[in-house]
Amino acid sequence: MTLADIGRALALQAGYNAALVSLGAALLGAAAGAAGTFLTLRRRALMSDAMAHATLPGIGLAFLVMAAAGGEGRFLPGLMLGAALTAGLGLWAVQRLARQIHEDAATGAVLASFYGAGIVILTLIQGLGVGRPAGLETVLLGSTAGMLRADAIVIGLGGALVASALWALRRPLAMVAFDPLHAQMMGINPRRMDAILMALVLAVVLVGLNVTGLILIVALLVTPAVTARLWSGTVQGVALRAALIGAGCGYGGAAVSAGVPDLPTGPVIVLLATAAFALSLVLRTRAHG
Amino acid sequence: MQSRAPIVLEARGITLRYGEVLALDQAEASIPAASMTAIVGPNGAGKSSFLKSVLGLEPATGTVRAFGLPVAQALPRIAYVPQRAAVDWGFPVRVIDVVLMGTYRQTGLLGRASAPIRARAEAALDRVGMADFASRQIGALSGGQQQRVFLARALAQGADLYLLDEPFAGVDAATEAAIIDVLKALRDGGATVVAVHHDLATVDSYFDRVLLLNRRTLAEGAVRTTFTRANLALAYGPALHLDSAA
Repeated sequence: MTLADIGRALALQAGYNAALVSLGAALLGAAAGAAGTFLTLRRRALMSDAMAHATLPGIGLAFLVMAAAGGEGRFLPGLMLGAALTAGLGLWAVQRLARQIHEDAATGAVLASFYGAGIVILTLIQGLGVGRPAGLETVLLGSTAGMLRADAIVIGLGGALVASALWALRRPLAMVAFDPLHAQMMGINPRRMDAILMALVLAVVLVGLNVTGLILIVALLVTPAVTARLWSGTVQGVALRAALIGAGCGYGGAAVSAGVPDLPTGPVIVLLATAAFALSLVLRTRAHG
Repeated sequence: MQSRAPIVLEARGITLRYGEVLALDQAEASIPAASMTAIVGPNGAGKSSFLKSVLGLEPATGTVRAFGLPVAQALPRIAYVPQRAAVDWGFPVRVIDVVLMGTYRQTGLLGRASAPIRARAEAALDRVGMADFASRQIGALSGGQQQRVFLARALAQGADLYLLDEPFAGVDAATEAAIIDVLKALRDGGATVVAVHHDLATVDSYFDRVLLLNRRTLAEGAVRTTFTRANLALAYGPALHLDSAA
């Protein structure tokens, strides 16, 4: 029965809502694959992981503010705003700490401490009895089952906007990643490009909260990009293939989630991406060997 | 003769600190047009930092004017060839795409490389003897070939002043000869060349001017009058023995 459900979802026959959710997840995956291409070329992959984990306290605090204002506290744009604020704070903290300690250590410290704070806030919320916190924990691992139509549209539009921005900026982004000093000589501001890239990655993280969840979004950013790198030798080629792979993973993850409602979407997406990577590794190694 | 050529690059009081370390202390340069200047000095003398500071790529203090303008406004006329080690050579990019990066100011953010710009990039590759490598991956090239591609990227920019950081480091003899031929042709065509150079034995055959640097500028001028034992002792200490120095 479950397999038949998954099949219907893959064929967009599981109802209008489920189809919308699958297409939204596909657009998110495309944006994540393209953003991840530039992120890995710039060697900032772990920074995105810290940023994703740093969204959690903001989600908890935004819930509390909205619940205190008399709502249910689960209004998605409100949660995303809170998430963006603490993720930005986390990013700032990494850059501030990196002046004194190595950037990888700073990234790890910020990731763990912000995530820890978020878990504490979420646990406190469960005991407070305000708003409707049930299901709030789906931001950890993602769940597209029973997702609202409006949420699916936000996710799809966000993904499409991020992907378009990356396409428009692909040349300066690639030049900064390849040779930042030369890019600067060509009139490109590397710090501004880095800030734009991190903002676009943050947008992917926020839009992806309900799809992959914040713990595993890094896999949707990184794995399609490194898989695509095996198939192409140009930045444009890698970004396009990563977008396609990411779209396929997002689409497939949402469809499986629609068929198996208790299964979080994030792990399914990660497993699909990992399978694509493993398969590519075997095929490309054989082609070269 | 050279002293009458107009000064195209004038750097004064260039000072750069990395934390507690004083990398450059009031360094200066005064480069005339259509000349070839070697920046020479011991390891850690701040030669690379000086080039980058002159271009505004380091947070140095001091004043730099190029072609009579503050250097930031003159950047379109200046090409910079960084050290090969500064770049990730596993990057997914083809040779022709690297050269086209030198034309970014013409093609801009959204524009595609037009046919004339593509032709210019291909001509630049041809000048460094790399025309057959246009669609190769940059990571598949030897060190010398990579350095030639970097030079081609600078040529495609069509600059009037070329600043090169150790262009002969880790390259084969054929590449070294090819690069010096291109640089001399640029000078003979009226362009100005400044290169950080570490091989004291070739200074007088490759360059017509020398700038001796050790955190500050110790001497600058024609090779014949400036590349002397006494000046080298100032830069490297008295223990240096070198036959080619007058």
